[in-house]
Amino acid sequence: MANEFRMPSLGPDMEAGTLVAWKVHPGDAVKRGDVVALVETDKGVIDVEIFATGTIEKLLVEPGTHVPVGTVLAQLKNGEASSEVPAPPAPASSPETVGAPQVTVHAAVQPPAARHQRISPAARVRAHALGLNVDSLRGTGPGGVITLDDVSKAGRANAKRANSPSEDQVHDMRRIIAKAMTRSKHEIPHYYLSIECCFSRAQGWLDQHNAAVAIEERLLPSALVLKAVALAARAMPEFNGFYKDEQFQAAADVHAGMAIAMRGGRLVAPAILNADRKPLAVIMSELRDLTTRVRSGHMRAAELALSTITITSLAEEGVDLLVPVIYPPQVAIVGCGSIVERPWIVDGLVQPARVMTITLAADHRVTDGRAGARFLRHVHDSLQSPEKL
Amino acid sequence: MSAAEAITRRTTYRDAVRDGLRQALLRDPRVFLMGEDIGRYGGCFAVTKGLLEEFGEARIRDTPLSESAFVGAGIGAALGGLRPIVEIMTVNFSLLALDQILNTAATLCHMSGGQFPVPLVIRMATGAGRQVAAQHSHSLEGWYSHIPGLRIAAPATIDDAAGMLAAALACRDPVIIFEHMNLYNSQGELTAAAASADLEHAAIRRPGRDVSLITYGASLFKCLTAADQLAMHGIEAEVIDLRVLRPLDAKTVIESVQRTRRAVIVDEGWRSVGIAAEISARVMEQAFYDLDAPVQRVCSVEVPVPYAKHMEEAALPQVAQIVAAVASMFNHGQ
Amino acid sequence: MTAMPPPVVTREHGLHLLSQMLRIRCFEDRCAELYSAGKIRGFLHLYNGEEAVAVGVMQSLQPVDAIAGTYREHGHALARGIGMRTLMAELLGKEAGCCRGRGGSMHIFDAATRFYGGNAIVGGSLPLAIGLGLAEKLHDRKAIAVCFFGEGAVAEGEFHESMNLAALWSLPVLFVCENNYYAMGTAWARSEVQTSLLAKVAGYCMRGESIDGMDVLAVETVANQLVRDVRAQRTPAFLEARTYRFRAHSMYDPQLYRSKDEVKGWEERGPLIRLTSRLKEAGLMTEDDFQRLQSSANAEVDDAVQFAEQATIEPVEELQRFVYAEETL
Repeated sequence: MANEFRMPSLGPDMEAGTLVAWKVHPGDAVKRGDVVALVETDKGVIDVEIFATGTIEKLLVEPGTHVPVGTVLAQLKNGEASSEVPAPPAPASSPETVGAPQVTVHAAVQPPAARHQRISPAARVRAHALGLNVDSLRGTGPGGVITLDDVSKAGRANAKRANSPSEDQVHDMRRIIAKAMTRSKHEIPHYYLSIECCFSRAQGWLDQHNAAVAIEERLLPSALVLKAVALAARAMPEFNGFYKDEQFQAAADVHAGMAIAMRGGRLVAPAILNADRKPLAVIMSELRDLTTRVRSGHMRAAELALSTITITSLAEEGVDLLVPVIYPPQVAIVGCGSIVERPWIVDGLVQPARVMTITLAADHRVTDGRAGARFLRHVHDSLQSPEKL
Repeated sequence: MSAAEAITRRTTYRDAVRDGLRQALLRDPRVFLMGEDIGRYGGCFAVTKGLLEEFGEARIRDTPLSESAFVGAGIGAALGGLRPIVEIMTVNFSLLALDQILNTAATLCHMSGGQFPVPLVIRMATGAGRQVAAQHSHSLEGWYSHIPGLRIAAPATIDDAAGMLAAALACRDPVIIFEHMNLYNSQGELTAAAASADLEHAAIRRPGRDVSLITYGASLFKCLTAADQLAMHGIEAEVIDLRVLRPLDAKTVIESVQRTRRAVIVDEGWRSVGIAAEISARVMEQAFYDLDAPVQRVCSVEVPVPYAKHMEEAALPQVAQIVAAVASMFNHGQ
Repeated sequence: MTAMPPPVVTREHGLHLLSQMLRIRCFEDRCAELYSAGKIRGFLHLYNGEEAVAVGVMQSLQPVDAIAGTYREHGHALARGIGMRTLMAELLGKEAGCCRGRGGSMHIFDAATRFYGGNAIVGGSLPLAIGLGLAEKLHDRKAIAVCFFGEGAVAEGEFHESMNLAALWSLPVLFVCENNYYAMGTAWARSEVQTSLLAKVAGYCMRGESIDGMDVLAVETVANQLVRDVRAQRTPAFLEARTYRFRAHSMYDPQLYRSKDEVKGWEERGPLIRLTSRLKEAGLMTEDDFQRLQSSANAEVDDAVQFAEQATIEPVEELQRFVYAEETL
């Protein structure tokens, strides 16, 4: 197994994918975590990591080929199995096992600086102009730094591939969203509950926190809501998991997906892994990172595949109430409206307050309204004590 | 060399400076020279040899060892309508006149609301490399370049040695000309270009596409040698002679770095808080996104310059270090 | 010290000298007031008590002569003929000031009267005066350079370098040492082993005179002789004027270094009192005359303050002007 690199399962629903490009050549040494290929899935083009260490012996599939999950894509030499490598032919394999090492790598073990690709400023500017993801480039400069020359070469290679992200891709994305949403509305008996949540305390706490920290460490309301939802999902596991094969499977961890709009009508919901256990600052920094990478079109596979519950917000669009649609096979989604100034009665007195309407859409096959109400109340109460989040 | 820069004659840097002084004395009766041992002795570095005989004591004035007084007197004489050229034997002795240079020459024009510009030229020898040890080997160009109100010139070539003085005399501000001790014996062609030497622009002494070597003074020749060696490895270095350290011609530097995307600054001054640090900061401010490698500095080791030859060499920037600094920016051996 | 016959003075000239000193005294007192009110800032060194030196020496100079001074130079500026309005505007940091408000109290410059500052570096103006004298010599002009400095500058190397150069090169420079006995708070005798200035001057083979600097007529008489000689012989000379500052070194110091009695003793021999009583005793001036001069000085200061207060400040956009000369040669 360790000597084969297969089309991975990049989501609970993924049955097949298109190999877009190879990032390695035969003879290249690869190590666990290296991005070796780009794969087009229902959710977009995804950087695919390899979980083994060794040398690429042979590439078996040509870019552009659509193959089922589990198909052997490349042969490795001296492949060293990684204990967490999932068995690729089983698309339904527990997603947490794939996610777990990622969490370790991203949050705990490596210092933040190690996450950055070493790249020269000029190379970074050129990569941005060419729309290249620097994480996917190989540096040939001193110490493996990506140089301008590396970017230029990759840019030329891309141009040759002529697989430009075209209208087709956008159309594909719409088609995928259409398929998922239709399925959701066909199959999932939604019920909806809303709660008006006073956001004044939370906003005050945010303002105070933000005044004391550097710009890059400032928190946004979305981080608070995401954490509050993650905590509720941990407390009430019946909202956190997947409905498959006529039954609900609760997930062991809470991976909270955040719906992020991409340019050109695309929409994805990458996960903040183990969001219930992460401090707000980490959640915020990951949110920023995700948003940047989503908008530049490059996502890690695990992030897209692993959401166990989703949060969606139209807070910036001036919408009061967002009634969301569950992303199958998940069983719950929380929608947030804008934070608006409203008269609010406290102890018999009318006061101005900042108010956000939070709406839960949940799968009636798994839970009922009473549980949903408790879930929403949990979210609401968490937001009243932002310092504890 | 273009036709316009036809060779006039082969000469030394020393003779070129003297030629510039002679021309100035001949051209303008207000010009006079003042300094220690510039007359009968002929100048510590023999730059002014023969001028006393030609121009007389009134215009070639030997001074006592009173740097503060004769530099201050130069300021007063400039205010009084003369065009003094004051020679300070070496940069280390200039510290005895630093008060006059910093507190008076550099401030008067501004402090008087423009009433009293100080058209004074100060020449001094600078630099290390002749085993004259710690008190005679300074490169304090960076110190002086820190001071608004001064113009700082560092002629490296024969043409500039001869021509920059005229430019200095043509402006009404205090100009300090740093002449590197090691250059006085260097030889080259004095060309018609000397006449158009200015106090504004850096010069590209060798064009190249891969890295900008930014330098001034005697280090120019180390950079040119390094560039020749690098060319044998396929790296084409552009060599920029700053010429004028204040005001700095940042435009030429930045444009070069934007082309080559790599910068190595070679400065005989100490590394910390010097010219090289300033250039590096400008590159960061103005060309950061054009860089393909971190800026490198090749400067003097931060010790008082020692006497023993091998130690002195180890303390000063050398060609091999320049080559190594450039090589570190490329992917050699990988 | 040279014994002098009592100088002869006319009513007109006597009143002129008195009015010059009164203008300075009145101006300085108003500066103290404006400083206390926060209108004048920075360092402010007042000339009260020393007026006779500047007024007496300036009488002997011609418009072509060049002057370099110290940071206690308001009196010299006024006595030299720099307008009181432009001077006060400078102290208030206004564009109408003689240096556009860039110099302030310690840095008064005026090209029209060849007034080369105001110098806040003790001894800093001595080499400058050497150069100004050198320029006169090399240009073969008949002007001279006059350099005012305090006795504190005598401890600086620049004093000795400059004295030597002036004598060595035979430059037309008059050195005027205003010996007020304290370099800030350090008494003259506490900083010099040789307290006779004329003995030091003799070491540079230079003619020197020492006079009572509280007596404007004595200052004027001796300055006239020295200036005449410097101008005619193209050699330097040295004048020590023994004087005293009535106020603190800068605005407000606790004056721990001298007694109130000492200050009082000097004040009783102050230059204004001396000249006033002398003119009155000689029947050259009435109390009415004195009051008229006093009112006139007050009125001039009032006008200068009003002018300065109403003047505008230089636009900050001009900050970087004059770092380098704006006109080319």
